[in-house]
Amino acid sequence: MSQPVPYRGGGFRPKRIRGLGLLVFIALLLIAEWGTRAGWITNLTLPRPSDVIRTLWDLAVSGMLWTHLGPSLGRLTVGAFFGAGVGVLVGVAIGLSSMMRAAMVPLVAALFPIPKIALLPLFVIWFGIDEMSKYALIAFGTFTPTVVATYGAVDNVDRTLIKMGQSFGLSRISIIRKIVLPGAMPGILSGLRISLAIAIILLTAAEMIGAEYGIGAYILQAGALYDLERLFAGVTILSVLGVTLSFVLGRVEGRVLRWRI
Amino acid sequence: MDLKIDALTHHYGPTEVLADINLEIPTGRIICVVGPSGCGKSTLLRFVGGLERPSEGQVLQLSEPPADSLNPFTFVFQDFALLPWRTVDGNVRLVLEDHGLGKPEMDRIVLDVLKRTKLADFADALPKNLSGGMKQRVAIARALAVRPAVWLMDEPLSALDAQTRELLMDDLVGLWQLQPFTAVYVTHNLAEAVRLGHRIVVLSRRPGKIRKIIDIDMPLEDRAAGNASLTKIEQELWHLMRDEAEAADQELIT
Repeated sequence: MSQPVPYRGGGFRPKRIRGLGLLVFIALLLIAEWGTRAGWITNLTLPRPSDVIRTLWDLAVSGMLWTHLGPSLGRLTVGAFFGAGVGVLVGVAIGLSSMMRAAMVPLVAALFPIPKIALLPLFVIWFGIDEMSKYALIAFGTFTPTVVATYGAVDNVDRTLIKMGQSFGLSRISIIRKIVLPGAMPGILSGLRISLAIAIILLTAAEMIGAEYGIGAYILQAGALYDLERLFAGVTILSVLGVTLSFVLGRVEGRVLRWRI
Repeated sequence: MDLKIDALTHHYGPTEVLADINLEIPTGRIICVVGPSGCGKSTLLRFVGGLERPSEGQVLQLSEPPADSLNPFTFVFQDFALLPWRTVDGNVRLVLEDHGLGKPEMDRIVLDVLKRTKLADFADALPKNLSGGMKQRVAIARALAVRPAVWLMDEPLSALDAQTRELLMDDLVGLWQLQPFTAVYVTHNLAEAVRLGHRIVVLSRRPGKIRKIIDIDMPLEDRAAGNASLTKIEQELWHLMRDEAEAADQELIT
């Protein structure tokens, strides 16, 4: 008897397949379009994708898209910048100092599970109905996950590299700047992915209370009128915003983490 | 710079790891420390380099380190300890940056040490693209850059394959001949010890004590692999260590 040895290897190794993700999107949209046109999906269940696209187009042409998107982007930028920025600082401090760790980790653990949206009324009382309360909500929401991701990342920095730095007499500040921070960067960036997604969720929530313009306000108005085309248009904008942020972050990772295998 | 290890004893909690170590480390010699695993030889090296403090006893400098030495006690690690996000050039530069040398001087040193370790063509490569032997040569270049008074080598060749190890041993001998350096070289590989050591210190199983000190007078350049008298010393060392190594192997790790 002679036959080849049966092959049992392979698999378990993610490959990059271009365009398939986009194809899934398009297929779903086409099915929805077909269903709403043919009538087996009623207009009350789902708006026609082509109508949603037309609504988006009108929104863009009338300039209202920017009227809503501008304030939203501003809130997102300011809130996420402060939340993530302070989060990274506190996270690094926890990672480096036993004192900070003992003091702050229980506090962060206590703050993390609080649904930040529930605190919105409180924030309105503290910071007023204007922009400040929205910034604060987004900042607070991005702060905790960033802290947790950052100190975890600092903990995971290869100790032999730190020992090497000490053995060559590097100053403490050099060790932090040249060894700890770059070593923690992969973990910090993947934490940032989660934080930014949370920021978008909180942005929408914040804009549903006391905002005239903003994607959240736009969605709320549409929802109140059961205007499904506009509601879906707003959701699409949020979705695109999320994908864009994730893409930008992917680019940043590719650049900053070029040294990784 | 001459060093003296004076009545050094160390405990980790209730466990005694090193007991009453007395040893002289003369300038320009390579001292090899061998012993079964877990005998505290790497710990001893960390005491000499000031990365840890012994429970009792001390390591004494008998003279001032040379004035031009940027980092008198310089380690070469088993796992290379290169920053993966820095190029070969950047890894060497790292240890010079805190000394306020100025760019031209730094460039000169980096170029010089990369040449001496045959790495000049790879200055812009990242560690992930280098073989194990190359990585360790980068670590050696980095150590050369700070002009150490004493080299502290912690199993520097143990992560490499046998052929690469031979090549790097030749490199080390070459560097020593060019400019004799002082080194404490910890290894569990007896062939390395007899090739590179002017003096071989055999430690016993935990708690590590000095069991025997063997001086080898043969010049480094004459020591080829398979040399009869070296093989004899290697066998003698193995004879000394065999039972201990076996016992150490049977021990539960606590």
